[in-house]
Amino acid sequence: MTSATLLRRITDYAARADPYPLYAELRRTPVARQEDGVYAVSTYWEIAGLLHDPRLSSDPRNRVPTAGEEDILEEEQGLPPSFLRLDPPEHDRLRRLATRPFGPPDSLRRVSDMRGDLARMVSGLIDGLRDREQADIVEDFAYPFPVMVICNLLGVPHEDEGRFHVWAEAIVAGLDPGEEGEGPAERLRAAQRARMELGRYLAGLIEDRRRAPGGDMLSALAAGHGDRERMSPLELVVTAVLLLIAGHETTVNLITNGMLTLLRHPDALRRLREEPGLAVPLVEELLRYEPPVQLLPQRTALADIDVGGVTIPRGAPVWLVLASGNRDPRRFPDPDRFDPGRTGNEHLGFGGGIHYCFGAPLARLEAQVALTELARRLVEPRLVEDPPPYRRNPVLRGPRHLPVAFDGCVP
Amino acid sequence: MPAADGSAEEFRRRGHAVVVGASLAGLRAAETLREEGFAGTLTMIGDEPHEPYDRPPLSKQVLLGRTGAGDTLLPRRRALEARWLLGTAATGLDLAGRRVRLAGGEEVRYDRLLIATGTRARPWIKETEATLDGVLTLRTAGEAARLARRLDARPRRVLVIGAGFTGSEIASACRERGIDVTVAERGPAPLVGALGGVVGAVAAELHRAHGVDLRCGITVTALEGDQAGRLRCAHLSDGTVLEADVAVVALGAVRNTEWLAGSGLAAGPRGIACDAGCRAFDVHGIVTDDVFVAGDVARSPHPLFGYQFLSLEHWGNAVAQAEVAAHNMVSPGPERRPHLWLPAFWSAQFGVNIKSVGVPPMGRELAVVQGSLTERRFAAVYGHQGRVIAAVTFDHGRWLPFYGRLIESAAPFPPDFAQVDRAPGGPRPIPAEFPDPALPTHGPTVTLSGYAPSERRVTFVPARV
Amino acid sequence: MDLNRCEAYAQCAFQAPDVFAMHGEEALMYEPCPGDERREQVMRAAASCPVQAILVEWPGGPAVPEEAGTGARG
Repeated sequence: MTSATLLRRITDYAARADPYPLYAELRRTPVARQEDGVYAVSTYWEIAGLLHDPRLSSDPRNRVPTAGEEDILEEEQGLPPSFLRLDPPEHDRLRRLATRPFGPPDSLRRVSDMRGDLARMVSGLIDGLRDREQADIVEDFAYPFPVMVICNLLGVPHEDEGRFHVWAEAIVAGLDPGEEGEGPAERLRAAQRARMELGRYLAGLIEDRRRAPGGDMLSALAAGHGDRERMSPLELVVTAVLLLIAGHETTVNLITNGMLTLLRHPDALRRLREEPGLAVPLVEELLRYEPPVQLLPQRTALADIDVGGVTIPRGAPVWLVLASGNRDPRRFPDPDRFDPGRTGNEHLGFGGGIHYCFGAPLARLEAQVALTELARRLVEPRLVEDPPPYRRNPVLRGPRHLPVAFDGCVP
Repeated sequence: MPAADGSAEEFRRRGHAVVVGASLAGLRAAETLREEGFAGTLTMIGDEPHEPYDRPPLSKQVLLGRTGAGDTLLPRRRALEARWLLGTAATGLDLAGRRVRLAGGEEVRYDRLLIATGTRARPWIKETEATLDGVLTLRTAGEAARLARRLDARPRRVLVIGAGFTGSEIASACRERGIDVTVAERGPAPLVGALGGVVGAVAAELHRAHGVDLRCGITVTALEGDQAGRLRCAHLSDGTVLEADVAVVALGAVRNTEWLAGSGLAAGPRGIACDAGCRAFDVHGIVTDDVFVAGDVARSPHPLFGYQFLSLEHWGNAVAQAEVAAHNMVSPGPERRPHLWLPAFWSAQFGVNIKSVGVPPMGRELAVVQGSLTERRFAAVYGHQGRVIAAVTFDHGRWLPFYGRLIESAAPFPPDFAQVDRAPGGPRPIPAEFPDPALPTHGPTVTLSGYAPSERRVTFVPARV
Repeated sequence: MDLNRCEAYAQCAFQAPDVFAMHGEEALMYEPCPGDERREQVMRAAASCPVQAILVEWPGGPAVPEEAGTGARG
């Protein structure tokens, strides 16, 4: 089997439940050129190096479009890219502004103060399972919980969930580089349309918050911070779209992958029940072992880059396969073992460098609270189906449903 | 004793290791000895009464009043099972007899010795002025406690003599506490010895933007006290008389090597010369095999920098060199490792994180590769003989590992590749503006000092200002 | 704290705001010897540091915090 077809086998839906043997195969060539010109980087040190390499751009405008992509890229005039897909200095400025109402130095306790609310939401959702013998962890818990959290944080009415859910699905599908279904070009167009519509929706909301501010992040972003630098109205909308989608579509996978992993490792589940403090290192191990973002497919080499004995040529698209780096035996002893007490866990689950996951502190907290309580309250939980059915997306990977049977819940 | 005759295994099992210097390097070395299976006896000798503590917070959190000077003890990596002789200075070394003499007259025998006696603050040049009430230095926890108390008492003005990293951090803490501060720097800008004049100019803007009364190209000619012996004012080289309640002398460090005078080790004001395996040289330039050196007091050749002997007053160097020294103490020849640490340091001042890798003072030229000097957010690389030799970042720390790899791979200078946040037309090399090394400046953190000991006769010269 | 390793991701300041604080955008200030009541926060911070730059020692303490779950217990 040549490496040319390997990446395609990874994005193929057949590999979704267990891509890890394919990643192991991919790691035999740490930097592997695919037949479509993409360079897949799959080993830990090479990925870590490239995450800190200023010769790698996240801005799609630096891409040399492959055949069939030109028209799509030209059409990308709807909404400008968010900071996720910008380089410095624009990235730095926008991310700094977005951080002000979210984290240190300006908002030191915003996230830690959410702990109580998070615990109440989790309790409420698990209370809802009390009289049942089976639940879908995705639909009944792992999806609604982060959506509630991000809506509260941003100040988006939870009642509108039905509307933006459709847009969110389309936007996330646009990240899927696979060939299945309508194909990447159609998915990208649909994603752009969805971004526009979600942007329009959020622009209205931001206008409301500007007139009648609340304690939420959109109000704070709309108000700006005195007369220091601030976002333009369009930048604000683009950032709001990013935060809503990211808060919406990644934590669900972290929690679901977490529950699935615990159910496959009953010792870890028992330990977590007896020793709730284990949740902290356990979630880090989860981010290594089953990261919700499996790969970063949108970087471009701005110059020839020598890495792993290969020269990635200027203009080439580069995929950083984070989930593979996380299983690199040169970095992690016994990498295919789920070890909730693992120390020195410098995983790539949240990426690294300047694009390190913006919402990481919140995602950690959500997963810690959710998994601790699921472990504590569900009595004798067990998988109904293993592997469960997966979502199609190979980038944001996770089960579509996770049916779990149990013998009731303790209070 | 077989241990000293090369039997690393014998030493590992029942030898006697003595560590002189109970600070960061000494502690990490001791931990590494145990980590690597050293089962013999271990003696830790330190002249300060405290258990090993961390110094970087002393010029930051402690001066801001957020942390007590006694509350910076270093976390331990493991239990040590050592005999601790704290508050006990080593006063002499008998190389042939393998004995360390202590202040009380006691002698401690060793099979292998690690010297990690570090540095102390360079005192004010005039002894009578140095004893004035209000004239302070900052290096130890005790000194930090005294300075913090002075700042708590809201002095009308603090004079900081010397704008190296320590002086700049002290000035930053004063301003954050709303205390008026004057900084007198002999060179043309703060940090000029460590980072050159171009970056120094940015540091000068930082000082001034935060309300520091920064005076460059100025020396303090005299400190004057009142009749009670309290500091009253300082006389500056431009004729100014500056009233100040507190003067902090931040003129760099003196290496603690006096106790080795006449011992036969290659020890002097510039430190103790050792090979890349941390083994000390004797005065003849012959390497010993039972005396090892680590931390600020060591100077060792680094292949990346032309085999020059580098003295690095860097926290990270102390840790890395201690680990290598300890490993080599318990390892037979073929298993020994060289100390090839890439020099790196950081400083936090005026809300800006300054980080560096490599050896900036070796660079003749500098090129800003990301960000901009005017925004005080940037990454810049230093060039030496057509290759990248060092890098510095102001609030751009996440990119630094990349520039570290450029140094390690002897990448060409100026960098000729496209990258994010690149100035139009690419980076332009400009003179880095390091002062003439013949002229003294305040507190460079890296001292470059010649090639391997070539002097035919070596005599001990006491440290002098 | 190994501030050479630190890349100012600020995860520690999110996890343990009583112990770690950002001073400006990238400079980190921290309490070197936090009290025992901060143990849980510190363990969280150390575990979540993306570059594992935080070394923690508690007198005789376990390597894992005792309580890291929810505030509400059902």
